[in-house]
Amino acid sequence: MAVPVIEAKDVTVRYKVGDFKEIGIKEYFIRSVQKNFETKDFFAVQDVSFTINEGDMLGIIGNNGAGKSTLLKVVTQIMVPSKGYVKVNGKIAALLELGSGFDGDLTVKENAYLRGALLGYTREFMNKQYADILEFSELQEFEHRPFKQLSSGMKSRLAFAIACMVKPEILILDEVLSVGDGEFKAKSEAKMFEIIENGKATILVSHSLGQIRRMCNKVLWLDKGRQLAFGDSEPICDDYEAFMKRIK
Amino acid sequence: MDILQRIKQHQFLFEELVKRDFTKKYKRTILGVFWSILSPLLMLLVQALVFTQFFGRTTPHYIIYLFCGNLIYSYFKESTGAGMGALMENASIFSKINVPKYLFLLSKNVASFINFVIILGIFFIFVLFDRLPIGFHLLMLIYPIGCLVIFNLGMGLILSAWFMMFKDIKYLYDIFTMALMYFSAIFYTLDVYPPAVQQLFYLNPMYVYIYYFRSIVIYGKIPGLAIHFIAILYAVLAVLLGALIYKKKNYTFLYYI
Repeated sequence: MAVPVIEAKDVTVRYKVGDFKEIGIKEYFIRSVQKNFETKDFFAVQDVSFTINEGDMLGIIGNNGAGKSTLLKVVTQIMVPSKGYVKVNGKIAALLELGSGFDGDLTVKENAYLRGALLGYTREFMNKQYADILEFSELQEFEHRPFKQLSSGMKSRLAFAIACMVKPEILILDEVLSVGDGEFKAKSEAKMFEIIENGKATILVSHSLGQIRRMCNKVLWLDKGRQLAFGDSEPICDDYEAFMKRIK
Repeated sequence: MDILQRIKQHQFLFEELVKRDFTKKYKRTILGVFWSILSPLLMLLVQALVFTQFFGRTTPHYIIYLFCGNLIYSYFKESTGAGMGALMENASIFSKINVPKYLFLLSKNVASFINFVIILGIFFIFVLFDRLPIGFHLLMLIYPIGCLVIFNLGMGLILSAWFMMFKDIKYLYDIFTMALMYFSAIFYTLDVYPPAVQQLFYLNPMYVYIYYFRSIVIYGKIPGLAIHFIAILYAVLAVLLGALIYKKKNYTFLYYI
């Protein structure tokens, strides 16, 4: 049997919620002495297991606060699970909240290099790819402009172009299938499908059930951090639809 | 091979972060760099005007004596003050991309260190004008500077981690550094205190580094082994503690955003 592209087993992410976040150190000491310092465990994701093989496209569905984004953070290794593990075989590109994390005072070029560095590229690679990135994002005229002068559409265009330059094997999409407007929307969508075609696997978080049905062959259904179902797309989507109707 | 690739990636990231922090710090203005030199000199001028009447009469090379204290203390304050925000300011980055977080602090420290080196250059000009000997003995200053760099790094690690958890650290730290300044014998001398009390000053890392500097520059004397030992002890302790906190909290910083 082939090695799975992504294997997640019993993934649990436990947050502490409660007093500690806003109160500051002075209050923390006083409450610790008085013993009314309270924290609670909050399970953002609890005992989630799934495997994705080569050629799979996984859709993750669930209401707001179901733990979808947290699970993606575990897969991209931004977070480590409190329990369980995720094994990943391949180069990941995650398109999460594209426009953020840039620096408004730096120019487009400086931001592009910084982002490339953050994504783990090397300088040689960036030198080689920079012209292409600029061309793809159609920002040639803005190369030396401070980033804060750009529109939010332009920002996500640049972010998208940089993230897609690596020819990732695993693509992770959080509610984004295309970027920008008009012409660029079509172009980015085409690029995205090209990566999906050539890559090993894709994970897509979406609130549009139609989209999931159309594109994904597997579905993971989360509710309040728990895994309600994982398996072939059609039956689970039907269940989910019925479930949503019942709630209404 | 894999490790080599990683080092290359991290080096690239580190360089880009340093570039960013520098650009942001000085905002591409000429006055930006100039001001960072001018402000410690103005501070020195004020202290010299006020305190020369009190301590300057009995202390030889009082201006250099003052300058040593200010040089060390302001580097410490600047470096740790800027380092404190290193994680917080980059939270929007590391909550979306998996990066080695200590690099954010390292890059901030580079910016403060370069600032320090510029002022150190001016310090040597002062030393020259004060007709103090310039020679190979000044090379010994590398030791306290090295210790101080490590110490600042460690304190930066500790503070940036704490700052993620407790936002009011900033105000407490301002008070702390102020108190530390008065305990560092920057503008006064210790001989009014009984010997037992004088020993207590070695509990303050700032004083140890300042003492070393003065000893070399003004008196041309290399301090004893004990001073060398505590100088590096403070540095190692700070950096160990900082590294420990980062190692333990590395993935939980995310929860405090």
